[in-house]
Amino acid sequence: MKTIIKYVMLDLLRNRIVLGYTFVLLIISFGVFNMDANTTKGVLSLMNIALIFVPLVSIIFSTIYVYNSSEFIELLVAQPLKRKTLWMSIYTGLAFSLSLAFLAGVGLPVLLYSFSVTGLMLIISGLFQTVIFAGIALLAAVKTRDKSKGIGVAVLLWFLFTLIYDAIVMLVLFQFSDYPMEKPMIALTMFNPVDLSRILMLLKLDISALMGYTGAVFLDFFGSTNGILFSIAALLLWTIAPVWASLKYFQKKDL
Amino acid sequence: MMIIASNVTKTFGKLKALDDVSVTCNKGHAIALIGPNGSGKTTLIKTILGMVVPDSGFITFDKHNILHDWKYRERIGYMPQIGRYPESMSIAQVLEMMRDIRNSPSPLDEELIEQFQLHEIENKKMRTLSGGTRQKVSASLAFLFNPDVLILDEPTAGLDPLAAEILKQKIIAEKEKGKLILITSHILSELDDLVSEIIYMQDGKLQFHKSLEQLQEDTGKVKIAQAIAQVMKKK
Amino acid sequence: MKNQLTILFLFISVVSFGKTITVGKGKQFATVKQAISHASAGDTVLIDAGVYQEGQLVLEKRLVLKGVNSPVLDGEKKYEILTIKANGAVVEGMVFRNSGRSSYLDIAAVRIADSRYVTVKNNRFETTFFGIYSQHATACIILGNKLSSDAKDEINSANGIHCWKSDSMRIEGNEITGHRDGIYFEFVTNSFIKNNYSYENVRYGIHFMFSNNDSYVNNTFKNNGAGVAVMYSNHIHMQQNVFADNWGSAAYGILLKDISDGSITGNTFQNNSVAVMMEGSSRLQIEKNKFTGNGWAMKIQANCMDNIITQNNFISNSFDVATNGELVLSHFEKNYWDKYEGYDLNRNGIGDVPYRPVSLYAMITERNPASMMLYRSFMATLIDKIEKVVPVLTPVDLKDETPLMKPVKL
Repeated sequence: MKTIIKYVMLDLLRNRIVLGYTFVLLIISFGVFNMDANTTKGVLSLMNIALIFVPLVSIIFSTIYVYNSSEFIELLVAQPLKRKTLWMSIYTGLAFSLSLAFLAGVGLPVLLYSFSVTGLMLIISGLFQTVIFAGIALLAAVKTRDKSKGIGVAVLLWFLFTLIYDAIVMLVLFQFSDYPMEKPMIALTMFNPVDLSRILMLLKLDISALMGYTGAVFLDFFGSTNGILFSIAALLLWTIAPVWASLKYFQKKDL
Repeated sequence: MMIIASNVTKTFGKLKALDDVSVTCNKGHAIALIGPNGSGKTTLIKTILGMVVPDSGFITFDKHNILHDWKYRERIGYMPQIGRYPESMSIAQVLEMMRDIRNSPSPLDEELIEQFQLHEIENKKMRTLSGGTRQKVSASLAFLFNPDVLILDEPTAGLDPLAAEILKQKIIAEKEKGKLILITSHILSELDDLVSEIIYMQDGKLQFHKSLEQLQEDTGKVKIAQAIAQVMKKK
Repeated sequence: MKNQLTILFLFISVVSFGKTITVGKGKQFATVKQAISHASAGDTVLIDAGVYQEGQLVLEKRLVLKGVNSPVLDGEKKYEILTIKANGAVVEGMVFRNSGRSSYLDIAAVRIADSRYVTVKNNRFETTFFGIYSQHATACIILGNKLSSDAKDEINSANGIHCWKSDSMRIEGNEITGHRDGIYFEFVTNSFIKNNYSYENVRYGIHFMFSNNDSYVNNTFKNNGAGVAVMYSNHIHMQQNVFADNWGSAAYGILLKDISDGSITGNTFQNNSVAVMMEGSSRLQIEKNKFTGNGWAMKIQANCMDNIITQNNFISNSFDVATNGELVLSHFEKNYWDKYEGYDLNRNGIGDVPYRPVSLYAMITERNPASMMLYRSFMATLIDKIEKVVPVLTPVDLKDETPLMKPVKL
């Protein structure tokens, strides 16, 4: 497996997009921190980067990469290799290099300018988004044979998780505003990795406001160690599940 | 050492690419896989390689079901009809990567690389290569690891006559060593000195599997091309 | 007036010499009660270390009761420990422990009743019901006391320093915790509260009811139900206080209800659920305060008017301002808002476009609290951005026409 990861990584390093992505993140991060002395504000801006921009780049780049690797995949499936090894190597290579890009582009500036629990939470959130959306991309790419259609599906999925899902939740909230919605909200949050990360960030950034409002149920859950562990477990599940599903599909796929 | 396909069926959408195909390929034979376009030759090859998973039926390689197995591919050299390689890699990098992945203990057979003079152009990127040169790379890779089984899908397509002759000689030499060789080709004339058995397919079905002598006897023709034409006429 | 009274009082205490009486094991008297009854006005009673369980003591002479090495007066959870009914009495250096409790009587550890110029200083109060209770008192000094109790809820607890119908009180340097309200003022006028630390009280750090012309300066309020509540009062001045960590669904830094003509100046509000909550408040000057890390920096109900909010710094709050109506009659100018995204082309330090401190999402959460969970989502950000460009639902008049580009130096 190491050998294949090596070749995937080599290929990705040669790919200027990952380098460009790192560079763009670096410029944004340093720009954000240098523009304002208020580092909390910087972290807030980077939170939008980590929860919106990072998933977008991660899912689209990974989808395209899988399609562009079709030659590589075809060449290697005829070799004495487990398909699982091949597929997991591609995922590992992708997730690792994109994570590296995020760590260099956002992690480094955050550690330099705003080393705090909130900063660390931001880095962890961004890393989770990177690996989760790379996994979702693999699933989208393996299920759709046509490249342009696959990229379309990836963009739609990104839209779903970053925007549409929340809009639907909002509608539900207002439809059922006469009922206690905290518990269902916690459940709904689990179905969206972006929301999960966002709420973990919210607990750091807006604890004062959260204490004031939805209070008890919500905070009791996310504020407790168990709640945090549960959320992290949910994020891990979000990391594993799409990759696992894509692997199952890839193992039976005709090439 | 043998490959046995038992009642293999595969459909792509509405198209029945393989329809209840059962075939046995034995060691020491060079088998020609013949049939019109879309008759299922390539699909059969791909099922043997595990690239396509049959809907029903199974394939055994040395009495082991190849489903969920991957080790057996160490013993196969495969030359695809259209070799597709990572475009940004050079010939040398591709060769190096394959060596790295195979990590084969047996000595490498670099005869074809030498004869095709690939070393002279080894720094060229795959995307710049002509179809013929790609075929040379594919052929070299298929023979490189000294495999027991060679599966060659249209090996001479796109090769210049000189290269085609080199490859042909190589195939004959390997056959002499007692390897199992599976070849598909449209150019039936070049199969004459190569093969010992013929598999004829049409519309996903296996029409017959005979030794060359049997076919010659049945049709009264010496050349494979003529014999097959005879068979097709009869249908 | 207040200062003159203080000077006069100091003058009296210096010129009046008396004899010194000692209490304790092997001293002149074994009990405080005996000492008090034998003393005459102007005497000093020195109480030696030890635990004195003497039921209720009543001080009706102008004496100085002074503890030596922290003697304990124990109320055995039954009695009001000390009742002062003498002008100019001084109680100093004592420990008051276990006062009585009652659900219908206001039992205190120390009660100042109908007296003037009483000083209660440097005492400790431990698990008392009311700590220090003043009624009809004038110009008394409550200084440097430490009060702690074990209040769990509002019903079974009482206030640390409780003043009722008093005037010209000076409450300084006390530390109050574990009570219902740290300091409670009802019908108290012309009084001054300074340098106190009021924390972890069940209800409020300070509570003003029907009290006018008071000020509190340089106090710290942490982790109370709410920092300070000012109700039905006017001319209250609030300066240089720190309000921190007042967290909860009804937790405020300051809660203002039906008050007018006061000022809130130079305070720091940090990590409160709501820093300043205003209801029916008018003609307040809110100036040079620092709001950081609060859930809501200000909530201004529609029944407030003519307040001036200027030169404040609003930094890292979840929401700057929220309101419940469409009409806002308060005036914002020259504040620094860290969320301001305008520009300053003429470089005069004032943004060229107005800032609207009420975000649409603040209004949405006002109507549906659970939607707080969607805060900072892409959708919420989009909604806010669109509303900022084309205000439809947020109050049109609520804006700072002259937002500062840099924080005010405070």
